[in-house]
Amino acid sequence: MIRGMLGLLVGCSLAGAALAETAPADMKVGENGEVAASLTGAPGNAAEGRKVFSSRSAGNCVACHAVSEMAHDVQFHGDVGPSLDGVADRWNEAELRGIVTNAKKIFEGTVMPAFYKTTGYVRPGDAFTTKPAAEPLPPLLTAQQIEDVVAYLMTLKE
Amino acid sequence: MSQKYALIGLVALAAVAGAAKADPVDDTLVINDEIEMITVAPAPDHLKDVFDVVRSGWLYRETETRDMQRDDFENPAMLHVEAAAAVWSTPEGTEGKSCASCHNDPESMAGVRPTMPKVNPNNGELWALEQYVNACRTERMGAEAWKWDSQDMRDMTALISSVSRGLPMNVAIDGPAAPFWEKGKEIYYTRYGQLELSCANCHEDNNGRYIRADHLSQGQTNGFPVYRFRTTNLVSMHNRFKGCIRDTRGEPFEIGSPEFVALELYVASRGQGLSVEGPAVRQ
Ligand code: HEC
Ligand code: HEC
Repeated sequence: MIRGMLGLLVGCSLAGAALAETAPADMKVGENGEVAASLTGAPGNAAEGRKVFSSRSAGNCVACHAVSEMAHDVQFHGDVGPSLDGVADRWNEAELRGIVTNAKKIFEGTVMPAFYKTTGYVRPGDAFTTKPAAEPLPPLLTAQQIEDVVAYLMTLKE
Repeated sequence: MSQKYALIGLVALAAVAGAAKADPVDDTLVINDEIEMITVAPAPDHLKDVFDVVRSGWLYRETETRDMQRDDFENPAMLHVEAAAAVWSTPEGTEGKSCASCHNDPESMAGVRPTMPKVNPNNGELWALEQYVNACRTERMGAEAWKWDSQDMRDMTALISSVSRGLPMNVAIDGPAAPFWEKGKEIYYTRYGQLELSCANCHEDNNGRYIRADHLSQGQTNGFPVYRFRTTNLVSMHNRFKGCIRDTRGEPFEIGSPEFVALELYVASRGQGLSVEGPAVRQ
């Protein structure tokens, strides 16, 4: 009985850790690059994701992608990548999570950076300082930011 | 269903229209109503499978920026050229000599910039213009070498470029230059930094597009050193390379390093046939 309870407690705290987040190396990636499970164990916040998407110091996705919905309040949308209008009609949530975490698993050789990856770089720097940085690097976005961006992308329906 | 396809068609059309807006302009550059510039040239043989033509970065800039480069009185870089012209004839160092003592007028340097960088026959190394300038200073004038990215050096390379304006870029890439060219090419196609982007990702695959507010050009070097409004000063070619690798969240090579000189040769060879524009004007 006591043992059983202890077991339960340990179980709970493990679940707590898992809830906290999945590290890049522990992500379960499907055959087509999709990532089914939330990295935080919880749904993201689309409003926060919108900020990550448009902010130069976070995802800066808008450097390469235009989104009509933000044309009125975010300046200078790039066109290196496709417009993401209606992207949630084209991809499901697991696929979108796969694209944002590591687009190279879905589009071979793409210029889109992998936002949830820590190793395998050539001459990585410490952000934009020009100073060298040792791997593993912090991923470009945190698990929470990835989930928030995915939640935002899921709102882009036509 | 058919409605959905129609919609997708519309989106595709909009994207094409957007891309067309970002294309380089169709414009001609004549400096001081006198020097005719080649801003579009047939791609050199080694680039034929990539581009039909190569284009000067000038064609990717806004009207006001382009206009400033048409006239030396408008081009802010010409103040730096003037400063260097004064230095040109000022003796310095233990030998009591100036550049003019050996080379007469700066115009005697016409034809030098289009061939840089080139292998120095004395030591077999690939040398950029900066290194030849410093060899004169240290060996022939008994003066101190200038730092690669110093104001004096940027001014002097601007002066030396300016007297070659209009001449087509024409670097040697065979013979002793070949191994350096290969090394530069390898660097050009390596995806650096945490963003994993190569020079080619931006300047070959995506020139004509916008990355945020920046209109991507082919990343040609014929305009260097360039005057940039952003710094209100001349920017050296290696400093530009450094900035581009920094923007990949990468660790750039050192300014003046053999890696950057090799890259300089390779990038110059991608612009063979484009007129020397240095000092050009950029945003
Ligand atoms: C350096 C450029 C670049 C950046 C930065 C970038 N992307 Fe992309 N993205 C691309 C390109 C290019 C593609 C098209 C895939 C391909 O063929 O390479 C793409 C594809 C996508 C797609 C699939 C679109 C579709 O309709 O098929 C999504 C979703 C996406 N990106 C989301 C994002 C998000 C979210 C971010 C930021 C967290 C981001 N991208 C940052 C270049 C970029
Ligand atoms: C993340 C995108 C990106 C990458 C990667 C990149 N550049 Fe650039 N580069 C730019 C932008 C933006 C500019 C300014 C606009 C322009 O001229 O393209 C620029 C400008 C230049 C220029 C100045 C062109 C002119 O006419 O003034 C040169 C030269 C250049 N880059 C060379 C390189 C080389 C060499 C590399 C690789 C070591 C490289 N770039 C990598 C984005 C990039």
